[in-house]
Amino acid sequence: MRILIKNGHIIDPSQGIDSIGDILIEDGKIQEIKMQKTPLHPPLTKGGQRGDNDSELKIIDAKGLMVMPGLVDMHVHLREPGFEYKETIKTGTMAAVKGGFTTVCCMPNTYPVNDNASVTEFIIRKAAQEGHCFVLPIGAITKGQKGEELAEIGTMINEGCIAFSDDGQPVMNSLIMRRALEYSKTFDVPIISHCEDLTLSEGGVMNEGLLSITLGLVGIPAEAETIMVYRDISLAELTGGRLHIAHVSTEGSVNLIRDAKKKGINITAETCPHYFSITEKVVKDYNTNAKVNPPLRTVRDIEAIKQGLSDGTIDAISTDHAPHHVDEKLREFDMAPFGISGLETALGLSLRLVQEGILTLSQVVEKMALNPVRILRIDKGTLKTGASADVIIVDDNKEFKIEAEGFVSKGKNTPFEGWILKGMPVLTICKGKVYEW
Amino acid sequence: MVNRKDLLGIKELSVPEINLILDTAAGFKDVLGRDIKKVPTLRGKTTVNLFFEPSTRTRTSFELAAKRLSTDVINFSVPTSSVVKGESLIDTALTVQALGADFIIIRHSSSGVPHLLSKKLRASVINAGDGTNEHPTQALLDAFTIKEKKGEIEGLTVAIVGDIAHSRVAKSNIYCLTKLNARVRLIGPSTLIPDEIEGMGIDVFHKMEDGLKNVDVLMMLRIQMERQGKGFFPSTDEYSKNWGLTLERLSLAKDDAIVMHPGPMNRGIEIASEIADGPKSVILEQVTNGIAVRMAVMYLLAGVKR
Repeated sequence: MRILIKNGHIIDPSQGIDSIGDILIEDGKIQEIKMQKTPLHPPLTKGGQRGDNDSELKIIDAKGLMVMPGLVDMHVHLREPGFEYKETIKTGTMAAVKGGFTTVCCMPNTYPVNDNASVTEFIIRKAAQEGHCFVLPIGAITKGQKGEELAEIGTMINEGCIAFSDDGQPVMNSLIMRRALEYSKTFDVPIISHCEDLTLSEGGVMNEGLLSITLGLVGIPAEAETIMVYRDISLAELTGGRLHIAHVSTEGSVNLIRDAKKKGINITAETCPHYFSITEKVVKDYNTNAKVNPPLRTVRDIEAIKQGLSDGTIDAISTDHAPHHVDEKLREFDMAPFGISGLETALGLSLRLVQEGILTLSQVVEKMALNPVRILRIDKGTLKTGASADVIIVDDNKEFKIEAEGFVSKGKNTPFEGWILKGMPVLTICKGKVYEW
Repeated sequence: MVNRKDLLGIKELSVPEINLILDTAAGFKDVLGRDIKKVPTLRGKTTVNLFFEPSTRTRTSFELAAKRLSTDVINFSVPTSSVVKGESLIDTALTVQALGADFIIIRHSSSGVPHLLSKKLRASVINAGDGTNEHPTQALLDAFTIKEKKGEIEGLTVAIVGDIAHSRVAKSNIYCLTKLNARVRLIGPSTLIPDEIEGMGIDVFHKMEDGLKNVDVLMMLRIQMERQGKGFFPSTDEYSKNWGLTLERLSLAKDDAIVMHPGPMNRGIEIASEIADGPKSVILEQVTNGIAVRMAVMYLLAGVKR
């Protein structure tokens, strides 16, 4: 199948493109990309004819729409194997494609944990069969995510793992974290750190402050994150390993990362849309859909994170898509699991940063496609000739209302219910299929 | 008129609502002083005490209040219930409602549980203590007792002493007393009084000698023995030496000061026996007033006066 996307506003920071143009896709690859000054004519058919009556050619008029490389989410939870009632590889990747993502990296906290090659192999195989988008697994740093012994990192890389993390279960033991950063250098893969000092956050269910006091909920101080960010930066400096800080939520972390980068330490960082869109106030009235780890913080933290995104301190926007069953969230706040279902709201929330003048459109694509690809060193996130045809078309004038009932993800747990956002993917091309919404 | 189905906390109440409850309770206190202590007001209604946390005094107080109003009362005992079989909180509450409950009195170790249930239930939900959030009827009975002893609450200085951070009683009292324009002082070690709490419009003291000067009311909180191993204070002995109420410290308060305690007391730890049993103590009157206040709450939520 050949597809010609015409007259779209193409945004591809990997080539520095931000203008009107045409893209031709053939056999699942980007065949040609031309800017408007020299428009791309419908290509020659096999018979040597040129024209719009070519029956094999699907022409998409993208006039007034944005055309981007498919987004890359380096932090999702697909829940399979083990928690298929929350999400499956099939439903999670469908949610991804609907949200504009064509590649997702799934965290290892499944059951069993992805801490060995057979689980990695299962995920890769299942994703090849049922996945609507590309799935790249992140393996566990330690066996069973227990933080005690290194998992078989080399063997998992051979099966397809592209990074390692004990996400949700930080590696508390500094020596093990040091070894992980050292050992991973052998294979040149990043270590993704969920920064949380478990002794400081023990029992905590929301941000610590006046609100946690008045709600009678145990607070998690910002320092539970920043202490570990500092520890891991120090270990990255010591070892020279590739450290990536997951879901940055505090002002203190942004400052630490900025300083470390200035010193030339080899680190990168991500945040998630909820950390720059909403504060702890959303927890009020014991809203379990706003219960997430790290917790939603304050206006001050939001401002710092926006600044960090704008000045390049924070490289990437990921979703930390954490789907849960409705029954699990409909219970005591203390007992409800942490997490937000994020794949279907991330782009719209991130485009608010453009509307607010914090990022350019091109920078949003950088944070959501190009930089994740650079951090992970994978071959995605570009519209270069010859690249796999992962393309999305976004209507940045189209308003849509967030309604969890309509999510294709099994996880309906969103704190953004009822929000009206601008900028919805209207078409996703991935793995040779065209999805139109 | 109280225009609400549930009593979740003092946080949500307006000043006129608080005053109405206190005034109504005064009427019920008269009833309790009579020979026949029961009124037929809520005959035919059903009250369920749904307690997920052990409690004797609060449960008994609610039970008596409900009985004095002529409702039928069932105590839903948690250890023998379906909860241990893994039934969800909401299913348990819906089951209780299906049994015909008009009032569900709930105590739970998780903050916010009454709020969650109030959205799911038609029955009136009354918070009998949720986690470290609120214990509204305790604050109301405390306010009632203070008013009875002092006439007015406005302008009084009330010191609350002890584990403020983990006390739902303290929380509800702070809301109630500040709404009624009393000045509230919190006294205790800084581990048990988080800095941010000053945002609630109170004054913090760490030394009894500073905080007790010229107060009208002293509220002593029960010190939870299990806090000791968690690093909040080194030992109950050290706690007692620094924040226990002794006769000497009590002399710093106004001459006509009253001493309160929500119970159960640790005699000799947060309060000296001579004080608990002494002339300034109103501790047992608090217990008696609790029934009248809880009757008033149920009566007003039932909307009988309409």
